[in-house]
Amino acid sequence: MNAILKTENLNLWYGQNHALKDINLEMPQNQVTALIGPSGCGKSTFLKTLDRMNDLVPTVKIEGKVLYRDQNIFDPQVDVTWLRRHVGMVFQKPNPFPMSIYDNIAYGPRTHGIRNKKQLDEIVEKSLRGAAIWDEVKDRLKKSALSLSGGQQQRICIARALAVEPDVLLMDEATSALDPISTSKIEDLIAELKKSYTIVIVTHNMQQATRVSDRCAFFLHGELVEADDTEKLFSVPKDKRTEDYITGRFG
Amino acid sequence: MAQDRHNAQTKAQKARRLRDSVEWLVKNIFFLCGIVAVASVLFISVYLVISGLPAMLEIGVTDFLFGDTWDGKNGVYGILPFILTSFAGTGGAILIGVPVGVLTAMFLAKVANHRLAVVIRSAVSLLAGIPSVVYGLVGMVVLVPTVQKAFNLSSGANLLAAIVVLTVMILPSIINVAETALRAVPKEYEEASLALGATHTETIFRVSLPAARSGVATAIVLGVGRAIGEAMAIIMVSGNVANMPENLFTPVRFLTTAIASEMNYATVGSLWRESLFSIALVLFLFIMLINVALNLFVKNKKEG
Repeated sequence: MNAILKTENLNLWYGQNHALKDINLEMPQNQVTALIGPSGCGKSTFLKTLDRMNDLVPTVKIEGKVLYRDQNIFDPQVDVTWLRRHVGMVFQKPNPFPMSIYDNIAYGPRTHGIRNKKQLDEIVEKSLRGAAIWDEVKDRLKKSALSLSGGQQQRICIARALAVEPDVLLMDEATSALDPISTSKIEDLIAELKKSYTIVIVTHNMQQATRVSDRCAFFLHGELVEADDTEKLFSVPKDKRTEDYITGRFG
Repeated sequence: MAQDRHNAQTKAQKARRLRDSVEWLVKNIFFLCGIVAVASVLFISVYLVISGLPAMLEIGVTDFLFGDTWDGKNGVYGILPFILTSFAGTGGAILIGVPVGVLTAMFLAKVANHRLAVVIRSAVSLLAGIPSVVYGLVGMVVLVPTVQKAFNLSSGANLLAAIVVLTVMILPSIINVAETALRAVPKEYEEASLALGATHTETIFRVSLPAARSGVATAIVLGVGRAIGEAMAIIMVSGNVANMPENLFTPVRFLTTAIASEMNYATVGSLWRESLFSIALVLFLFIMLINVALNLFVKNKKEG
């Protein structure tokens, strides 16, 4: 098993609140790892640590390691913009920029220095195709991305993340604000994307975890209770707490 | 028994009648207060047209607006020098004030730590509260001699000095409005940009600022309005001579300062005096235009 992302004894505090406790987790290449657990269990915090978006919280304190391709991302030599280029993120609420669809997708490549119009056109088309929304928007690339439906906006956000050609894609409850049809489109998309990317998703929805993920990690009160192949975790959980959670006894 | 019930009823009726008349009274007081503002605007508009238009027509609208010489005492009434000076002064102040103001707003909204932001913000509100005559006074005593020495001129009271004073005067409104607009940018936009590997600075310039553009445009229009209407501060530093604004070192007179400086000398009933009202009418029209522009921006902001 080739883990692209790996955490070693990861601890995180928000002020006095010990939000992540000694997390050791491997996220293998070209697989979907789902993080599940009740609200406030630390799964989103964990996800945000993987591309250092938690750096934006002023009171945060982190110990331990997150290894991206064997490089500790907290190493002072690591450029955080380099990391975020390679570890992309899709947020819970669709958040396209208030710009045209084209400019949304081209934002990342432009930021990283691509100015050539033809090259940008290619990236935009490829990314939109990659996010399975090209056919729906190809005739209105100059229209505002905010004019699209929520599900389309979320796929624009996925396309925007793909445009910088990341290695890993983090998705923070990326379907929780969407209707069932949009959700199923994005789930199909995830299955397609994992051929080229390594994906980590946070989800509240256990059916979704069983549908899309290869591996599953169960978080509770800031601890990683259990991580295993999704099928195993849901059929023969090792820990009593996991069993209670997946059978719906709490959460 | 029946009598008592009857008494109670009339009492209740009386109370209700009293309450209704208080309601009526209060409602009408509100209405009257609201009318004061509307009536004032209407009165001023009508008054300016009535008192300003005849002189303009008598002089000839083209001669008045595009005449390049003003000599009220001797009956030459061309206000092009004033119009161009007002444009040049306002334009100059906007040219310097907008970048400085918007960058300050960006700093306050997105970069500065809390304590520093509080210090700067209170300085800015203090700046907004300084009476314009004080700006003029400080300008006259400090700025004008400095300009004179720095450029080796016979007098430092000129267009440049006026632009500097106007720039400082419009900064507070630009900073306040632009900062509010920048703060209102949803942080999701900025997070998305950072998550794509953009730096903090790239995020501010390429996401936050464009997202706040209608607010920033409002700030600029407010600045224009403030600058074009200002009289007191610049009358003391601009030299107050009816010259064409040929360069930054020309002593000049603005639309506002032309009215303020000659009103006391022009004989009541003379064409000279009436032409001053015509200048006021022109100024008023400019400010109306700016207000229309402002409303358009605010409307766009609500819709967008």
